[in-house]
Amino acid sequence: MSDQGALIARNRNIHPVPYDPGYKTSVPRSPNWALVSMESTASEEFGPRFGHNKLGLYDNNLILNFTRGKAPAVGERILVHGRVVDENNRPVANTLVEVWQANAGGRYRHKKDGYLAPLDPNFGGCGRTLTDENGYYEFLTIRPGAYPWPNRGNDWRPMHIHVSVFGSGFGQRLITQMYFEGDPLINHCPIVATIKDRSQIDRLVAPLDFSKSKPLDFLAYKFDIVLRGRRQTMFENKLEGM
Amino acid sequence: MVQSLDTLQETPSQTAGPYVHIGMIQAHAGMENYYDEELGISPIEEGAKGEVIEITGSVYDGTGWALRDALIESWQPDAMGKFSTQEGADPKVHGYCRFAADSETGEFTLRTIKPGRVGTRHGVMQAPHISLWIVARGINVGLQTRIYFEDEDNSEDLLLSKIEQTPRVQTLIAKKTGEGKYRFDIRLQGENETVFLDI
Repeated sequence: MSDQGALIARNRNIHPVPYDPGYKTSVPRSPNWALVSMESTASEEFGPRFGHNKLGLYDNNLILNFTRGKAPAVGERILVHGRVVDENNRPVANTLVEVWQANAGGRYRHKKDGYLAPLDPNFGGCGRTLTDENGYYEFLTIRPGAYPWPNRGNDWRPMHIHVSVFGSGFGQRLITQMYFEGDPLINHCPIVATIKDRSQIDRLVAPLDFSKSKPLDFLAYKFDIVLRGRRQTMFENKLEGM
Repeated sequence: MVQSLDTLQETPSQTAGPYVHIGMIQAHAGMENYYDEELGISPIEEGAKGEVIEITGSVYDGTGWALRDALIESWQPDAMGKFSTQEGADPKVHGYCRFAADSETGEFTLRTIKPGRVGTRHGVMQAPHISLWIVARGINVGLQTRIYFEDEDNSEDLLLSKIEQTPRVQTLIAKKTGEGKYRFDIRLQGENETVFLDI
């Protein structure tokens, strides 16, 4: 994939609104001023690369990576898989995908999480992998539980996995959350509801995928990701000094 | 009706949440040695060419309170203005770093080298800058901004010249506090709000 080419401008309408009183923490953390827009430059069009030599054997297996293969985590065993493509539907190859999540009971292994559901001694909750040449990635994990959070009087997050993706340019950087088909909490969550277009919310809900599930072992969910694409034109000046 | 476009739409963003460190800076979440190697610990290796600098600051919310759970990523070229994937780039400069606000004080520190100038499509050289991307609980779409330096000539810069309200330019300029030391505070909202970018 090419490092060249201006990034297609972000369509901010598909993204969440920055200020949403339903999600209370966004109230003091959202800018009042408009963003300053400009065509992308080399600073946004180039981005970091990570080689396979940085990754370990169990990095994309959250069932085993906390104990380095010694003992499996408790919970519903699932494969999460999908493709990373850009807006031109080209695969984003060899890009870093990172995930983090709570355990089967909804508890995070983080010094700031004090929820009374217990930690699983065999579950850490993070994974990472590189997409292959077709933009494909997969993780083996356990399905995270829902958990309560201090927002309105009785708010609960749906089951979700946080996903971070790089792309080929720093301006493509994206963090999102994957939800699970059929979870009734999706329709009650103020963080989900920061996205105002229902059809865009649906794009974050991973369907059950029997084609990838392994009998007597794990179920599968599919989660495809689209990053910003690059403008393709025959009438482009070359980057100065490139 | 019209023909359908061949393009797809970007996946919508969601907040990184308060536990973003589990996925991105494991040691900060309280999990040392989770992986054999954590990524993005430093943008440079020993022996990187150029002036070593240290930038400290905080990310403040609309009430003036420093975020204790912000996570920042930085991206920059080497001292000659080349990015790490370009031919001839300094092999000791990876250019990418991720760092967190301290969970007690809210202060962050970035130790790196001063970046060189990078050109634009239109033949204008950009003033030296470091690109930043800020995520945290309460931030629904990651915020892009840039660090410029008060001891550089910023007068011709393409981005800075696009900011209509000239006083706002100062929010992107790190202030020198000592030899090789700078202060860069980020204000998410309100008085002296930092300029955030859509590029």
